[in-house]
Amino acid sequence: MNMRTKVIDRILKVFIWICTAFTVSILLFIVVYIISKGIRFVNWELLSTNYSSYKRTYGILPMIVSTLYLIGMTLLISTPLGILTSIYLTQYAKPGKVLSSIRFAIECLAGIPSIIYGLFGLVFFVQTLRFGASMLSGALTLTIMVLPTIIRATEEALLTVPLSYKEGSLALGASKRRTIFKVVLPSAITGIISAIILSVGRIVGESAAVMLTAGSAANFPKSIFEPGATLTVQLYYMATEMPKIFHPTLTAEDLTYAIATVLIVLTLIINLSATFTGTFIKNKQIGKGK
Amino acid sequence: MNIEQNNEEKFIKLKEKSTPSEKLFELMLLFCASLSVLAVVTITIYLFYRGAPVIFKVGVNNFIFNTEWAPLSVPPSFGILPMIVASITATICAVAFGVVIGIMTAVYLAELAPRWLARILRPAIDLLAGIPSVVYGFWGLAVIIPLIRKVFGDDNPGNSLLAVIIILSIMILPTIINLSETSLRAVPIAYKEGSLALGSTQLQSVFKVQIPAAKSGIIASVVLGIGRAFGETMAVVMVAGNAVQMPESFLSMVRTLTGGIVIEMNYSEGLHKDALFGIGVVLFIFIMIINLVLNKMLKKKVIR
Repeated sequence: MNMRTKVIDRILKVFIWICTAFTVSILLFIVVYIISKGIRFVNWELLSTNYSSYKRTYGILPMIVSTLYLIGMTLLISTPLGILTSIYLTQYAKPGKVLSSIRFAIECLAGIPSIIYGLFGLVFFVQTLRFGASMLSGALTLTIMVLPTIIRATEEALLTVPLSYKEGSLALGASKRRTIFKVVLPSAITGIISAIILSVGRIVGESAAVMLTAGSAANFPKSIFEPGATLTVQLYYMATEMPKIFHPTLTAEDLTYAIATVLIVLTLIINLSATFTGTFIKNKQIGKGK
Repeated sequence: MNIEQNNEEKFIKLKEKSTPSEKLFELMLLFCASLSVLAVVTITIYLFYRGAPVIFKVGVNNFIFNTEWAPLSVPPSFGILPMIVASITATICAVAFGVVIGIMTAVYLAELAPRWLARILRPAIDLLAGIPSVVYGFWGLAVIIPLIRKVFGDDNPGNSLLAVIIILSIMILPTIINLSETSLRAVPIAYKEGSLALGSTQLQSVFKVQIPAAKSGIIASVVLGIGRAFGETMAVVMVAGNAVQMPESFLSMVRTLTGGIVIEMNYSEGLHKDALFGIGVVLFIFIMIINLVLNKMLKKKVIR
């Protein structure tokens, strides 16, 4: 190896290290900066009170409830739909026009940005179907949005189920449907759970689509036909409008850091549990191989 | 031939055994699967139904190439060229940064990193992907904008094209890193071994053999990153300053297409509101072109 190659190699290596260090330090910077500024303000009062000028409270309970509403309703529709779709794609579909157009549609859905979903939800669910800006409109919009996430991840999980399981069940005389529900789905269950966790992450982090369809009012949604701001929408409102807070010492900025901290901690929990179930699957597979 | 025929017969017999309820079940599955197609078709139709008429009313040329956006003046003017230019400039610059840093990080993860470190770094990058975009936007407001003010002088507002580019290039990193790393790992190990056996160094092998072999996957990751950057809304709105003007420098305030939609949505009425949906249609067309390119790229490589 001549001198020149050695020098170039060294320089490249250093460059690669710098780039990686940059990626990691940006992540650490964002997480540490926000949490260190916000964690002081995250307390029971913040998490358990309304946002109301009348009662002089500034809490984020309504936003937590709105977010939970959206998570629950969205998963209720999108999980069965996603799982059934991936069963069709992996167990029934034969290569051809139908399959490729379904695949293309799913890819399109995955590539459409959330603002377009928001516009569509606004025209279709809010105005045409007259659901108004409400939890229902928001959840239906999010359902379409998370569908590709659930389908892809579930498909991957279904594909890892060994063929011999299926063959064994079929050989015992079970019908194809019975085989799928009693053998294939149960052995892919951890993968399906991590697919669901992934979509919870997307729902929690979503802002543009929910702002247009579920409204940005800081109120407590009492039914699925009422609007309500989610945590992300409230964070956007706080950060850009800097409203007056009904508290002697706290400022809007403090509260924004607090909400951002709550969101980062939620993301951390969601990601860790997805990674955990992911490793669980891998370990199981290695176990199976032997 | 005989055996084949035999198999054919067996297959037919198996098929005959499927009961009506099995058939019904399959039909139900097909129905669920085709809902995705229905969703794409419905989204396209409703978006165009709501947003396309205004474009023709204002005039396609006037809508896209006019530089003046004054929806509330009399007579109103609906030119979105500044937003198109802002979106495209921000995306190109952000992707240029993001691609270099992202691919290098992917090389590190796939080739250089010790296993234990890669095990820690990968979830970290997933976390970067999972952080909500409003949090990025808020972080930009709190950190990037004061920083720009400090560097370029206090007379700059800080909210600028530059801030958008910085935030976007960070936000697309995980997309580029994940897909690039996957395609680098998919390169057959024999390629690397062959190149090493011919006397190249580890990095020569990476840059001259493995990256070219993983080319289509890496390009796909870049196209995906372009889509992300172009469609990103909330984070961009929070740091862009949102004045509708042709960007003169990296420090000028800009409004992107996505920003153009959300900022005025709440108080717009009539033709003004229609025009916002018109912006949506233009954005949608851009995104669909990016998607089609991506689809072609992925088909070539069959990543699935």
